[in-house]
Amino acid sequence: MIASLFDLTLCLLILAAAGAAVFGRAAFMAVVFFIVYGILIAIAWLRLGAIDVALAEAAIGAGLTGVLLLAALARITRRIDAPEPSTGPDRTTLATALASLVIASAIAFAFLTLPEPQGLQERVAENLADAGAENPVTAVLLNFRGWDTLLESIVLLAALLGIWTLARDEAWGGRAGPRHVTRPGGVLAQFGRVLPPIGLLVGIYLVWAGSKQPGGAFQGGTVLAAVWIVTIMAGLMQAPRVADRALRAALVIGPVIFLALAVAGVVAGAFLVFPPVHAGWLILAVEAVLTLSIAVTLAMLVFGPPEEEEKP
Amino acid sequence: MSDLFTIVMTASGLVFFAAGTLGLIRFPDTHSRLHALTKADNLGLGLIALGLAVQVPGLADLFKLVLIWALAILAAGATAQLVARIAAPADLGEEPQSPPDETGDGETRRT
Repeated sequence: MIASLFDLTLCLLILAAAGAAVFGRAAFMAVVFFIVYGILIAIAWLRLGAIDVALAEAAIGAGLTGVLLLAALARITRRIDAPEPSTGPDRTTLATALASLVIASAIAFAFLTLPEPQGLQERVAENLADAGAENPVTAVLLNFRGWDTLLESIVLLAALLGIWTLARDEAWGGRAGPRHVTRPGGVLAQFGRVLPPIGLLVGIYLVWAGSKQPGGAFQGGTVLAAVWIVTIMAGLMQAPRVADRALRAALVIGPVIFLALAVAGVVAGAFLVFPPVHAGWLILAVEAVLTLSIAVTLAMLVFGPPEEEEKP
Repeated sequence: MSDLFTIVMTASGLVFFAAGTLGLIRFPDTHSRLHALTKADNLGLGLIALGLAVQVPGLADLFKLVLIWALAILAAGATAQLVARIAAPADLGEEPQSPPDETGDGETRRT
């Protein structure tokens, strides 16, 4: 009774937050409610027992996307003296609404015409011994459906390239984003010193635990990215130069090694297949390099394009 | 006995959260609202954590609970300071000294 009351309240809150995010007048309000929405969704996943998804949603959906949106908002308001949106729906709004409606209908149609779900849980459980990971979610993400994860990591890189194209020519190669200077010994500088040790521990633990229990490269990578972002925003470190070779190596090493292993799998039988004997350490290795690449890519997404080439 | 303790503690924690939320909505300026919010975070969450502490199965879980509380206090305290610093000139009826930047903290100066 109490549990269903909780779920019902949660659903209503999710709908309310989504509504406020979409229909909110001010852009800042929309972003804040989007973050609230992400956190509520994470709780909903938790209630459904999908702890991996809840972790990912809280870290990426609410946390990182929220920061990205706030940064984007700051850039927009800095460049444009925000014109008040017109009261009536204009063409863009109508076109967006129409496109959303079509996509929503297509998804609804696809969902409703699905055959009676058999569920893949049993098949995953049957083959778990060959997967090299005890956590079924990790087994699916890195082995049975490695495709998705491989492509996702490449999509992140593409997103970063998209952001880098916003750089002006003379700033290219310089440090990513604005330079942050804080008062030494001030609140933010202290905060930036206390948080990273705990964040490093949590991030690495999430990756390491991912093969047996909820956690993994994306969740751990996001926490590690957050640690880096906090350190740089606190002015304790500077963002790397986008031309830095070590940085670029860190960005691509995850997808490259994943892809190399996938191709090597052809020798053993098929593309993207790990031999069961070696699957355990292979998955751990892929997770480790993927975590590095994901963490660096996500942090660089937040830092943004290089803005000023430093004068020597 | 421990159940009763949990109920009393979490209930009083919720009272602080409710009061803090009320203050956030009703108080006139940023500093008063921050005052209301930080009370909710510190006392409300602290009381709830205290109430739940007698329910945890092991020491490891107790440690996690304390860590969550400590991190929330740290984050709330730090952000409250930063928000207050940004809001200070506006609340005193002065012009802001520097435009707020994209980190949104009062200490950062873009160079």
